[in-house]
Amino acid sequence: MGICKEEKTVGYTFQGYKRPDGRYGSRNLVAVIPSVICANDVAQAICRQVQGTIGYFHHQGCCQLPLDLHRVTDVLINLGKSPNVAAALIVSLGCEGTDHERMLAELRATGKPVEIIRIQELGGTSRAIQAGIDAAQSLVLQVSGQQREEADISNVVMAIKCGASDTTSGMASNCVIGYVADKLVDLGATVVFGETTEFLGGEHILANRAVGGPDGPVGKKIFEIVDRMERRAKSIGEDMRGGQPTPGNIAGGLSSIEEKSLGAIVKSGHRPIQGVLEYTEAVTDQKGLWIKDAPGREPEILTGMAATGAQFMMFSTGRGAPQGFPSMPVIKVCGNPNTYARMSHDMDLNAGTIITGEKTIEQVGEEAFALLLKVLSGQMTKNEALSYFGSMDIFCLGPVI
Amino acid sequence: MEELKLALKVDDKDNVATIFAEQITDGTCVEVRDKRGNSEIIPVIGDVPYGHKIALVDIPKGSAIMKYGESIGAASRGIRKGEYVHVHNMEAMRGRGDL
Repeated sequence: MGICKEEKTVGYTFQGYKRPDGRYGSRNLVAVIPSVICANDVAQAICRQVQGTIGYFHHQGCCQLPLDLHRVTDVLINLGKSPNVAAALIVSLGCEGTDHERMLAELRATGKPVEIIRIQELGGTSRAIQAGIDAAQSLVLQVSGQQREEADISNVVMAIKCGASDTTSGMASNCVIGYVADKLVDLGATVVFGETTEFLGGEHILANRAVGGPDGPVGKKIFEIVDRMERRAKSIGEDMRGGQPTPGNIAGGLSSIEEKSLGAIVKSGHRPIQGVLEYTEAVTDQKGLWIKDAPGREPEILTGMAATGAQFMMFSTGRGAPQGFPSMPVIKVCGNPNTYARMSHDMDLNAGTIITGEKTIEQVGEEAFALLLKVLSGQMTKNEALSYFGSMDIFCLGPVI
Repeated sequence: MEELKLALKVDDKDNVATIFAEQITDGTCVEVRDKRGNSEIIPVIGDVPYGHKIALVDIPKGSAIMKYGESIGAASRGIRKGEYVHVHNMEAMRGRGDL
């Protein structure tokens, strides 16, 4: 046991940026945070001018129900709290529905440098852009000299997702990510997966893996989030469960809804599920495998996962999903060897070698693990190098008004 | 050298494997590999399209079809080792509305 323990601490570390709260970031960015969609153009102008910044160009923050305005405020705060963010500049319009003063107070409480500009108060677009550029430049100068430090792997929060899936996803790339998830959990790290829509037909399997079993609070919560999502669809007259698997799925070889669901769930690995995080929630001291109640669509789940505090995401694809997120590196694991060959400038790892019989799931799993250590320590993912991370959004529940 | 006809078994508890090869017809031998690369040659019973499943052992009627280490349904009749497994001889146990 002693040897194992030593291997754990000596074997797997990464070079990260230590934050005032003790967490480690894989990136050292100045986040420009529009508190409302109406501030996006000013925020974009600031980001274009100032190196070292990224922007969260979402489409929310006004003319929404109080519940959603609270949600948007919470998510923007947790994005700013992410360990990949070194400092933040809030770009407020002045009359928005979100609580930009709470944003400022909660972000300042983290000990990170935080500034705010208010477009209406400053006298409009051009003046706000000038003030914002000055403020962002000052923040970049304050934080860009920070050095990376060695951090144990247990400080990692990994997010998981699959998108643009095909026949290979459930057999290759998702299995590889499942292998990595188990390994990280065993090393004391945190893994978060979502895509509640994909649990349909497999929720009983997840509930059986919950700490306390299917009838315990975590198991019950898993059934609850699936039911909640189905009821939202039903409220506008749609039944998500009917007709699964689809005729296309059956033609492709999927024989039951359980098989379809498991093909997606396998990327979470096999460890017990410790609990369910709401969409807006961040990981504080949670360890092990967690679910985040997030939909499957990229802009919303990537935002939710970045707000969780994940330093990176591992993303499984078959047909080739190219996008990333402004402050969270996204490692693309491609299960389809033909897609990998065609899109090698977008895909970070070829899991298609499993389908061709050249490598095993465990071999590619180890390759993925080696790659994530490099990415955590600063190596760019392919989408980062191409700046393919502009689209993001916040998952809201109610109508716009 | 003959081209590899590969079928993958993703979990040790599985009793089916998924074929990743074209032109698998009745009697074709496929190489079934697990996640560590251990392999077994199995002759296929029936014509099996790319991405579809075969049985790795005899599965009696009513027994669970196991993939990913979990039940994905039950055999609706007895299934022989090597036989094509799909909606014609297995049935989902969830989301059917009649159970």
